[in-house]
Amino acid sequence: MFEMLLIEGLAIGACYGLFGVAVAIIYKTSDVINFAQGEMGMVATFVAYHIMVIYGFPFWIAFPATMIFALLLGMAIEFCFLRPAKNPTVLGLLIITLGAEMLLMGAAGWKWGAEQKDFPFLLSIHKKYEIFPGLALNEWTIGVFILSIVIMTLLFLFFRYSRLGIAMRATQQNTNAAKIMGIKVERVFSITWGISSMIGAIAAMFFAARSVLDPNFMMEPFMRAFAAAVLGGLTSIPGVVIGGLFLGIIENFFGYAWPEWKPIVAFVVIILIITIRPSGLFSKHYVKKV
Amino acid sequence: MDMKRDYYEDVELFKSGTILFWSIAFLIFLFTLPIYLPSYNVYLLNIIMVHVILAVGLNILVGYTGQISLGHAGFFAIGAYGTSLLMMHLHLPFIAAIIIAALIAAFFGFIIGLPALRLEGPYLAIATLGFGLTIMHIIGRWEVFGGRMGISAPPLDLGIPDTSLSWVINGDVKIYYLILIITVLMVIAARNMMKTRIGRAFMSIRDDDIAAEVMGVNLTIYKTMSFGVSAFYAGVAGGLYGFVVGYFDPFSFNLILSIVFLVMITVGGLGSIMGAIMGAVLITYLQFDLLKNVENLPYLGELLVAISRKWFTVIGLANFSHIALGLIMIAIVIFEPLGMFGIWIRIKKYWKTWPF
Repeated sequence: MFEMLLIEGLAIGACYGLFGVAVAIIYKTSDVINFAQGEMGMVATFVAYHIMVIYGFPFWIAFPATMIFALLLGMAIEFCFLRPAKNPTVLGLLIITLGAEMLLMGAAGWKWGAEQKDFPFLLSIHKKYEIFPGLALNEWTIGVFILSIVIMTLLFLFFRYSRLGIAMRATQQNTNAAKIMGIKVERVFSITWGISSMIGAIAAMFFAARSVLDPNFMMEPFMRAFAAAVLGGLTSIPGVVIGGLFLGIIENFFGYAWPEWKPIVAFVVIILIITIRPSGLFSKHYVKKV
Repeated sequence: MDMKRDYYEDVELFKSGTILFWSIAFLIFLFTLPIYLPSYNVYLLNIIMVHVILAVGLNILVGYTGQISLGHAGFFAIGAYGTSLLMMHLHLPFIAAIIIAALIAAFFGFIIGLPALRLEGPYLAIATLGFGLTIMHIIGRWEVFGGRMGISAPPLDLGIPDTSLSWVINGDVKIYYLILIITVLMVIAARNMMKTRIGRAFMSIRDDDIAAEVMGVNLTIYKTMSFGVSAFYAGVAGGLYGFVVGYFDPFSFNLILSIVFLVMITVGGLGSIMGAIMGAVLITYLQFDLLKNVENLPYLGELLVAISRKWFTVIGLANFSHIALGLIMIAIVIFEPLGMFGIWIRIKKYWKTWPF
């Protein structure tokens, strides 16, 4: 039982981590907390659903199409909503992303209605494989582990070695200096939003396969993932992943012991931890200088 | 134009006889309003005034002190449940119950203000968001609070219940007068508070907390006080809200509600009492009246139904209010960061200096 709970927790935690990374990438480059991330993933998942169920295409066509849609959606939101705002405050940016969230939620509700749907995902949570003797994992769990490892490795390589990744890190550290060095900062922001939207869409599909598909289904996972990202420190990608895993494990064990308190345990833990370490567990706390 | 020559001119409630006259005229207008309005509109006015109280309180925290709160639905819920439960189980009179419930909310505000001393920006947002959701789930799980099914508010008794002094108020119109008096008092109190030492301390924290600390503003006291005061307002608003709607369940106090509260003050104008009032009136009107039955709107309604038939679903058209609110939020930050209050100031300046 213990190892089953642990693995379940790790799997859902990896999903939180994956989604938290999507939040963290945007925060890292442009200092915007994207509250619309969950709804961007939700709309992308609905698009995948639409392609598969209404148009009847197989998953292998729906998936790349959804990825392209997610990329364009992220770029469009950055281009239409964030770029025109001149010198916005932290609160102003928050309001813009919250507005985008309401907008996407309303649009999805208008298009697909509020009733709950089953998302036909490639990996099922009912089909189990016995990897080690005595340890059966379902497809979904295996998929989450493999995919998050692949995405994390790709992101690590991307931020470490590619010119674009280095430009993104430069933009994060000092926007003005990056501009002087010839980086088109706006374009970097745009690409960042696109990539983040794609990662968020993948994670959202995994969440949809576990629960049901309706316009509200990403609210709770988004808040957990956001909490995990804050827990890990928002600026360090490994920190976010560890935060997600940590949160998943805690939540699963608490959920086993006291099922009725499962939804809030994550937030109580988060509030306690950020009270003690205001910038999360794995991020250096910068003291503001005058 | 608005030169202030001494301290008294800054703190006085009415700047001139004209403003005094129009304020009294407006107040009289508000007091006679139920006479010429149909009953549903009185209900709408009640909700608007509840939201005005809350928006003014939230603006003290967000607009004046510069903190972020995504958990005000939690304080609102504490006020609503606290007032109703205190009246039902302890048989307290309404005034005592609402004050105690608002003080409980203020206490929770103080508690959430403590971690807020060290948090800013996104971290504060997640802490307050977590608080709001935690309150919602705790209320939803505990049977004392009526659980998921929610509770209905007890009869609104201004006197002492079950005695000869009992004075039960029912009907939207009577509740309207009660809420109107409380709203006017709360708004004037907030306006006066912002003119005192406390209000100036809040504003200095917003503008630069380090400079404020150097000037001798005690950040610990004033930040937690700001949370407490704001939560007190939310608690009072919640207590009244319970009697306006008559029946409420924990899941109506969700994150969307907290976002809508933030929208009210952003649309109205951060850091001004009048802005908060205008924003609350506009957003509540849009949400509860204009956008509620969007297909019945003249011209636009038919167009939207046609669009829905073609590309969307007609049944999902109710979600149009979300889209409209989202667009309003984004547009106000991009085009008019000062909100409706900024527009009002511009119009005023234009006409005051008119030929030039």
